Formats: sequence, C-alpha cells, structure tokens
Amino acid sequence: MPTHLILLVIQRLALGVLLLLASSVLIFAGTQILPGDVAQAVLGQAATPEAIANLREEMGLNEPAVSRYLKWLFGAVQGDFGNALTNGADIGASISKRLGNTLFLALWAAVISVPLAILLGLIAVRFRNRWPDRLVSAMSLATISVPEFVIGYVFMFFVAVKLRWVPSVSMINDSMSLMQKLQSIALPVIVLTFVVLAHMMRMTRAAILNVMESPYIETAELKGLSRFAVITRHALPNSIAPIVNVVMLNLAYLVVGVVVVEVIFVYPGMGQYLVDHVAKRDIPVVQAAGLIFASVYILLNMAADIIGIVANPRLRHPK
Amino acid sequence: MTMRIPVSALIGLTMMAFFFSLAVFAPLIAPYGIGEVVGDVWEPMSAKHWLGTDNIGRDLLTRMIYGARTTIFIASAATVLSFTLGTLLALSAVVLGGWVDMALSRFIDLIMTIPTLIFALVVLSVVPTSILILIVLMGLLDTTRVYRLARAVAVDINVMDYVEAARLRGEGTRWIVLREILPNALSPLVAELGLRFIFMVLFISTLSFLGLGVLPPDTDWGAIVKENKEGLVYGIPAALAPAVAIATLAISVNLVADWVLNRTTSLKGGRNA
Repeated sequence: MPTHLILLVIQRLALGVLLLLASSVLIFAGTQILPGDVAQAVLGQAATPEAIANLREEMGLNEPAVSRYLKWLFGAVQGDFGNALTNGADIGASISKRLGNTLFLALWAAVISVPLAILLGLIAVRFRNRWPDRLVSAMSLATISVPEFVIGYVFMFFVAVKLRWVPSVSMINDSMSLMQKLQSIALPVIVLTFVVLAHMMRMTRAAILNVMESPYIETAELKGLSRFAVITRHALPNSIAPIVNVVMLNLAYLVVGVVVVEVIFVYPGMGQYLVDHVAKRDIPVVQAAGLIFASVYILLNMAADIIGIVANPRLRHPK
Repeated sequence: MTMRIPVSALIGLTMMAFFFSLAVFAPLIAPYGIGEVVGDVWEPMSAKHWLGTDNIGRDLLTRMIYGARTTIFIASAATVLSFTLGTLLALSAVVLGGWVDMALSRFIDLIMTIPTLIFALVVLSVVPTSILILIVLMGLLDTTRVYRLARAVAVDINVMDYVEAARLRGEGTRWIVLREILPNALSPLVAELGLRFIFMVLFISTLSFLGLGVLPPDTDWGAIVKENKEGLVYGIPAALAPAVAIATLAISVNLVADWVLNRTTSLKGGRNA
C-alpha cells in the first residue's frame, strides 16, 4: 500500500477516535448537565430532601462534572460501567452477555440481507424501468414508509400467531443448540432484513446506475457484449466500493433497528436493556448502553470510509 | 394555467386531507369519549364499535381518532421547529461564512454521529416526558438533517449574481438571507418537508411504542400499538389498526412529496434548458 494511502487511512482512524471521544462527551453531557437535577429525576417529585442528598452522594454528583466524566470514561474503556441504580447489578457483566445476543441477531440479519439486497439491486438495474425495477422501487417505498414495529407485528401476527410456524417470542439462552437458536430468532431476523433491505436495494441500484453511465460501459456495450455480461464483468467490479459503503452504512442502520425489534420479540439483547432502563431512569445503564450503540455506529461508518479509501483506484496512484 | 395532478398524488392528497381533518375535528367525529370504557375487552368489530374495543374496553375507533390528533400535532409541530431552525441556521451559516459556518457545521456533524433514536433515549432517561419536551427534542434532533440539506442548497445560491448584486448595493445579512436566498431555496426544501414529516410520525410512534413518548391519558398511534400488543398473541388484531394508519399516512405523504419533488426538478430543468 502506498504511503499516502496509509496516511489517509490513519487520518480517518484519528477522526474516528476523535468522534468516539466527542460522542462520549455528548452522551455524558446529555444525562448530566440537562436542566433539572438527576437525583430528583430518578426519585421523582415526591422524594424527601434526605433521599435526594443520599443519592447525589452515591452517584458522585457533588464532584465537578469534568472529573466525573473522566472517571466514567476511564472506567468505560476498561469495561467498568459501575452498577445499575435499580438493582445494583454490575453493568459491564449484564452488557457483555446481551451484546453477544444482539450481535448474533444482527449478524444473521446481515448475512441474509446483504446478498439479497445486492441481487435485487442488480435485477432492478438489469430491468431498468420495466416491471422488476418498478416492483423493487414500490417495495422500498412501502417499507421506508412503515416503522419497524409495524413490520414486526404484522409478521408476528400472521407468521407466528395465525400460521404458527415459529414462536412469537424470541427467547434465547446458552443451553440451546445453534439450530434452536436460529429457529428462535427467525422472525426478528426476517423483520430486520426487511428494515434494511429497502435502503440497501435503493442505494445499490443508484450506485450501479451511476457506474453504468460511464464511457467504458458504453464501449463494452458497443463491443456487443450481452447486457448481463456488461453488468457483471464491467459495472459490478467498479461499483464494489460504493456498494461496500452502502452495506456498511446499512449495518450501522441495523444497529438502531435492532433496538425496536428486540422490544417487539422480547429478545434479551442490548436494545431491550437500553429501553427498559430508560423507562426506569437508570442513568448509568443508559449511558453505558448509549455509548456502546454510538460506538458501534461510529466504527461501522469509519470502516465504510476506510474501505472506500482503500478500494478507490484513483487514490492508489498519486499524480 | 391548468395544473395536472397525477393520480398517485391525488390519492395521497385525499388521504392526507382525510387524516388531517380527523386530527382537527377529533372531538366532533369521535363516537365516544377518549377514556370512556364502553364495552368488554377486545370486542370484535361491530356496528356499535366499527373497529372493536381495546385492551380495557374503550372504543378503538375513538382511540384511533384521538391518536391521529396527537400523532399529527406532535409531528407537525416538530417538523415546523426543525424546519425553521435548520433553514435559518443553515442560511445564516452560508451567508456569514468563515468560522460561524465551520463551527456550526462541525457541531451538526458531531450530533449526527450518534443515531437519533439512541440520542433521544439518552435524553428521555433524564428529562420528564411531556408533549412539549417531545416536540422540542424531536425538532432539535432533526434540525441537523434540515441544516445539511438547506446548507447544500444555499451554498449554490449564495454564489449567484443576484446575491452578489444585493451585497454590492449594501444590503444587510438579514435581507440577503430572507429576501434573496430563502425564496430561491424554498422549492427543494418544501419537497423535503414531506419526508421530514413522515420521519417525525415514525419517530413519535416508535417512542410511544417503546413507552417513552406520549403517556396516558393522552394517546397516539404508537401508544395504541403498545396497549394492544398482547392481544396479537391471542389472535386479536387491534394493534394492527394504528399500524395500518401509520403506514397509510406515511405512504400518502410520500406520494405527494414525490410529486412536488418531480415538479420542482422539472421546473429547474426547464429554466436551465
């Protein structure tokens, strides 16, 4: 790899670290420096002044914000997020288990949706402005217009409740075999696939169409190659970089979709953990979970950019 | 001049008018009171209760109509907030340029590195939930997206000759933003308005569905899904009614937005050609 390319990648990595730090500041500030007292918010309006004073002490709210932030950040980097306010459980331990579950779910959704989206995107380009293309466009308009939980419940109602093909609740634990686990997460995976498929299809279609307008595609067509050969041999290799970018961005989108889908199917992952503790106003847990979601999102975006840099042939040979 | 409206946009407009009149005239249309228990739990559809009853025996149609009111009100108010703030900030940033533009744009970039839903959840864990707070929170978070679009549009307009002319004749920043750039940036922004509105409807529905948005005694479509979701397992489709309503509203706004977008782009093409 040429030096200036490595330099570009290092630059992007440094920006990523900076963004991670800044987002941790935002999440911390969002929960700490908002109007109103955190201890008051946790305990509610009816709390006695003593109880509030005790909780303030316990949460370390009497220290200045900067030192609290640094303490929290250094703890978080080492995997120590402190204890939950509601039940005193170690947050790091609860998260590591749930994070695994969430990644398991997201991984299978990605494994199914990525090839499917690229295939459908290719078909849409191949039959541009004919009925397959229109069908793909209409489908993506419909899924973009519908919130995740609607797709989730429609599937649950018809597939799990009416047809009884799969359970409506996705319980998962260590004693289950892989097949049992897969059967258990089938429905959430299908829903997540639907959620990201539309975006991915549209963006893949746009990326390939963009390449199709290049002069070398015209040359290939004039050579008399079949339309399919033009797409697979000439357009696809050149659209790999934009497509990888599309995939990464949608995986980042998946991270957010997973929150809602986990709540629908009562799946023991990070999303449900976050939502539960927002309702309980358990701020240390919300901070920890929020930081992890934001980090995954930022890292995936960074990966998309770096792959884009490495895959761009124009950057490989400096002028 | 006659205007030809395509069928899809016409359907979208009709549906939108239907939903908005539901929202405005909710107390006049709704057959029962919003919290009135009028029957058994999850009664099926009947002449008395067109959509059946909900999880504690309230008329589902009534709940849906009041839900439309809350959903549409919150989404509209948040859209207006994000639009006004985002556009004004973006246009001012472009016109003032220099470090103002730089600082604002980087700050917006920073906010956008955290997924909107996650950010909203973090904030909602601390602040008390009320309709006003929801509107402000959603509006502020979405300001980032409006800002980006408006800035991109305004950068192009800012270098036009007529803006330069206004500067040379000594107009102030306010004049340039409001009288020179804003009117010319409006048409692409209006098309975006529809998409932002849908996003707000989906956003508030999701928050309410998670139990972190609209709280009783008020209700919105997301909250109705939440209240009735247990019924689904027993084969009672009450929770699907608001789901269908959200989807219908979103699709009809999309159809109208598509039409506006096509109209404004063809307008631009005509002028440049």
